[in-house]
Amino acid sequence: MELWYTDEHTGEVRFSIKATEQLVSKKSAVQQIDILDTPAFGRVLILDGGLMITEKDEFIYHEMITHVPLAVHPRARNVLVIGGGDGGTVRELTKYRSIESIDLVEGDRQVVLLSKKVLPFTSAKLKDRRVKVWFEEGLRYVRAKKNEYDLIIVDSSDPYGPAEGLFTREFYGTCFKALRDDGILINQHESPFYAAHQKSVRDAHRHIAMEFPVSTVYQCHIPSYPSGHWLFGFASKKYHPIGNLDEARWNKLRINTRYYNTALHRGAFALPNYVLDILKEEETR
Amino acid sequence: MNPELPEYFGKLCMELDVNSMKPLDNLGHPVSVIKDAQHLAAELFGADDAFFMVNGTTSAVQTMIWSATNRGNKIILPRNVHRSAINALVVNGAIPVYINPGRDRRLGIPLGMSIDDVKKAIAANPDAKAILVNNPTYYGICSDLERIVQLAHDAGMMVLVDEAHGTHFYFHDALPVSAMAAGADMAAASIHKTGGSLTQSSILLVRKPVNPDYVRQVITLTQSTSANYLLLSSLDLARRFLWRNGRDIYRKTMEFADYAREEINELGGYYAFGPDLVDGDAAFAFDRTKLSVHTRDIGLAGIEVYDYLRDDYGIQIEFGDIGNLLAILSAGDRMMDVERLISALAEVKRLHERSPAGLFDHEYIDPDVAMIPQDAFYSRKRRVPMRESIGLVAGEFVMSYPPGIPIVAPGERITPDILEHILFARDRGCFMTGTEDMSLNYLQVVA
Repeated sequence: MELWYTDEHTGEVRFSIKATEQLVSKKSAVQQIDILDTPAFGRVLILDGGLMITEKDEFIYHEMITHVPLAVHPRARNVLVIGGGDGGTVRELTKYRSIESIDLVEGDRQVVLLSKKVLPFTSAKLKDRRVKVWFEEGLRYVRAKKNEYDLIIVDSSDPYGPAEGLFTREFYGTCFKALRDDGILINQHESPFYAAHQKSVRDAHRHIAMEFPVSTVYQCHIPSYPSGHWLFGFASKKYHPIGNLDEARWNKLRINTRYYNTALHRGAFALPNYVLDILKEEETR
Repeated sequence: MNPELPEYFGKLCMELDVNSMKPLDNLGHPVSVIKDAQHLAAELFGADDAFFMVNGTTSAVQTMIWSATNRGNKIILPRNVHRSAINALVVNGAIPVYINPGRDRRLGIPLGMSIDDVKKAIAANPDAKAILVNNPTYYGICSDLERIVQLAHDAGMMVLVDEAHGTHFYFHDALPVSAMAAGADMAAASIHKTGGSLTQSSILLVRKPVNPDYVRQVITLTQSTSANYLLLSSLDLARRFLWRNGRDIYRKTMEFADYAREEINELGGYYAFGPDLVDGDAAFAFDRTKLSVHTRDIGLAGIEVYDYLRDDYGIQIEFGDIGNLLAILSAGDRMMDVERLISALAEVKRLHERSPAGLFDHEYIDPDVAMIPQDAFYSRKRRVPMRESIGLVAGEFVMSYPPGIPIVAPGERITPDILEHILFARDRGCFMTGTEDMSLNYLQVVA
């Protein structure tokens, strides 16, 4: 018998991975959590049936969501990560000795517990002494914060179900308030390619652009994600993602990365015309 | 048949749209399935009889008034009633004896009726036939219903309860007492508001010694003889659902609302009021499922916050008036939705807060009644510019909808305060209704 896992990229497009073993199948208070072992992608984390990360290509996602803002912000000391219970984003952040505190806000305790057990490649740095894990709803956590963070990273799942609130205008507005005057907000921004995801791209960009003076997106290629073409949002109160990129400073840090480099940083903000059109349409709506 | 109907509404919906066949019974003269369904509803709500209504709780309220009073009879009622009650008086010519509701000084909102005021009204009008009680008010405030029932019955008056916002009182003991449990004679329960039936369906509850057959005759005076079976069956389904799940869903709703109140009060500026308002008299009890929030301290009218929530944050709430907003939460909401509402309120405050100076500070103005509603409505009238109406007697209603509580009713004199209230509400974006002039520039007054 063969075991295959299928991620529905859209109602009409599917992505299937052969699996050798199901390591975890657990219903938490928030969602269904599955972890599979696969020959092609290694271990795969699945929430409510949707693929979150794979061992094979998670480095792309986690490097791009962290190093881009940290090569721009000259002195990010206090960082907030919303979602990201697998620990991959935190792992990249701990590579910076200048970061003093990392607050991780995860709505589902089980994601963190199971990641620690089964996904050591992402979760190993959750025990770094700078990391504090809060098991709370992201929207609620940020509501109480004011002028406290240099960088907020929204490492959420898709905007259907538990992460829905993390794509709303009120959420981005409360993030704005929680950031210092030169703070940066990075968010997982979905894919522009299929109509269903493009709607999320549009909503997120429109909402962020209403709250932040600097707001754009950057892209990367993540093979296991729908269409492979993925976006992140870069929003800030002050810094420009290219104008304030300090290549020399970042390269001097000698941080070991497999995907990110400062030349790619520049390139990631060079967007296809149809994506530029989407952004423009939402900004002028 | 029009093929677009089943395509749009679904086949089952059309199959239920039937009428006038013997096995389906007849709402105006129920002898079989409707009778049985009404009987089950009466049992569930602790009434002796229940009537399914297909023209809204409006028809239930009006049936209560028409069953209890005839032309020239007096009825005691708080002035902050829904327009349907005063409309009933316009039609049958009964005479309102208004009790000014208690008022919360800080919030400017009308409360329930104080026992002292009820006693005085009864003593001054021993010939009144009935007392109508709003329980709860739109904001969730209840009067001391059991005590009012006792006072009224001792004086030989009926007690009619507009329970349009209190259907859920029957299903959880942490909620205020229900009309039937308090011994009221009749109650209008708006199952479609918080009970889960289709819009426009409602239930009228009746207890002995009220004669149910006379009530049925009164209902048929104005009720359609082609009652819609979608509405009727939704009432029966709601009845069964509430019987099975009522306790659980209202417990969940109370938990949502309690949590939201705590978090909103944490934000500062807003005041999400609740059981803390209870004073044992005009605010005898509070309906914890209601999320009412006072907004005036952040310098915004409730209707302005209501508009921001809808336009900027995609959140539709029940209503906003001059100084407050009301969100109706239900067990169908998710915690995420509640969090979104709280965060959106925080954002509205952060982005739009201003000085409260110049904001109108009360929702209720004691009326100056010059004529009974029927005489005023049917008198010869003339049209005057709204701004020139001070001192004249209104020939029509003016109200914001929702909540549909008249700012002025036919027969009441326009005072400067009333005019200011009307113009303020209109200019802040309240949806104003009642007047012949759709744009509210003119008012019909008694000539």
